[in-house]
Amino acid sequence: MTSNIVEIDNISFGYKGRLLHKNINMVFPRGKVVAIMGGSGSGKTTLLRLIGGQIKPTNGQVRVNGKVVHEQNRKGIYQLRRTMGMLFQHGALFTDLSVFDNVAFPMRELTDLPEPMIRDLVLMKLNAVGLRGAHQLMPTELSGGMARRVALARAVALDPNIIMYDEPFAGLDPISMGVICDLIRSLNDALGATSIIVSHDVKETFLIADYVYFVANGEVAAEGTPHDLMLSTLPFVHQFVHGEKDGPVPFHYPAENYQSELLKQSALMKI
Amino acid sequence: MKSILFNRLTKLLTGIGRRMIERIWRLGAGARLFFLTIVYSGESFKRFHLTLREVYFTGVMSLLIIIVSAFFVGMVLGLQGYNTLQKYGSSEAIGVLVALSLVRELGPVVTALLFAGRAGTAITAEIGLMKTTEQLSAMEMMAVNPIARVVAPRFWAGVISMPVLAALFSMVGVLGGYIVAVPLIGVDDGAFWSQMQANVDVREDIINGVIKSVVFGVACTMIALFEGFDAPPTAEGVSHATTRTVVISSLTVLGLDFVLTSFMITV
Repeated sequence: MTSNIVEIDNISFGYKGRLLHKNINMVFPRGKVVAIMGGSGSGKTTLLRLIGGQIKPTNGQVRVNGKVVHEQNRKGIYQLRRTMGMLFQHGALFTDLSVFDNVAFPMRELTDLPEPMIRDLVLMKLNAVGLRGAHQLMPTELSGGMARRVALARAVALDPNIIMYDEPFAGLDPISMGVICDLIRSLNDALGATSIIVSHDVKETFLIADYVYFVANGEVAAEGTPHDLMLSTLPFVHQFVHGEKDGPVPFHYPAENYQSELLKQSALMKI
Repeated sequence: MKSILFNRLTKLLTGIGRRMIERIWRLGAGARLFFLTIVYSGESFKRFHLTLREVYFTGVMSLLIIIVSAFFVGMVLGLQGYNTLQKYGSSEAIGVLVALSLVRELGPVVTALLFAGRAGTAITAEIGLMKTTEQLSAMEMMAVNPIARVVAPRFWAGVISMPVLAALFSMVGVLGGYIVAVPLIGVDDGAFWSQMQANVDVREDIINGVIKSVVFGVACTMIALFEGFDAPPTAEGVSHATTRTVVISSLTVLGLDFVLTSFMITV
């Protein structure tokens, strides 16, 4: 058994003629919380989809528990996914099922556990995220933060070895953000799992991550512990961590010269 | 001048070619989904409550529109039929006319059109939204096959519901025709029913009607499912997919009706 539960080895991925990732290498050691950070559209979520086997890389390999994900057939991929849990950006709760049934869903679908045991397990998972009292509510009756917590309870329903979080802090109020932050760390440690967080929220991610990868322009731009990255002098990392408006990531989308474009418009008006 | 014409012609041909390729691709993708739905149907029968739940949403929830429409269609048939038949002195044959029109054609066809508008759009919108809100991806990531869990139960629910709805449509339609012909116009009660009994054949009329409704059930449900499954995950994408469901289902039902009728008449 290798010490890394997930290994991304020299991966390239692109579609519609555009290369999104170029020769990316990452490792995710067992029991750690590892974050992948980067600007919007930098392909962070795509990396999670590559790990989950929802898409295939153009080049390179993703190995989960030593198995190359894209070489597995459907059955093999489903077996790998049974060891994973994923929290989607907006929760992705099943809107026709109650909170209880959402958390019970993977247990009912993938195990032969008797219903009384499922009931106990669901209540335990909901209790862990502080929503045992909300088990009868429907997803439409939940706030954004509550929905994210229910989705978290569902993601850990079968005690996965790997838990993936896609933008877990996006759009949450500070209290909910703090709650989710604590839960990610405590669930990871309690389950002895490995957490992979995709996020662009620096403060919260740095608070709980053991190691961070920065992705920019399809490559790993920087990596290290949160402490190292806070002190980093690399221009991209500095701009990102301190939220500076301009830098290697330009404020303006590529465009022609501002002055000449305005003059062109004026000339057209005259005609 | 020549080069401009050539460029426009090239653009036109490229556009036609692109659309043709897109249509063929969609046809292939639809056929693939149909094949996979059949392959992964075991779950729908093993856990029949999943299919029954969908029968409620597609079939039972469509009952009102089917019954009300059937009643009016039957009454109009009674009025129009009587108006024509009395010119030839055979107004007693009104029962046969109403029953044959409904059982052979109007029952299956109008039910399928209403089904596409009521249940088909609901299926497309539901699956499209499930895709937009990542519910299908979440299922995939939980190692649960969405085709087995979401598509197949809805498919079989549509296939089961359609013949039942079509049969109900024909029954209520005959009742509507009866109310217009017998109590309102005064056609003889016995003649209405006895002529119907004597001239409606189980094999040629009723069974053929059931065959049609099953085929329409497969077509309408599969189109609705495919459009939902293939919808771009945006509000606009789901809205276009819902519209396409109604348009494609309606045209498919009318086209299939002609093909099936021509086979049935030949046979």
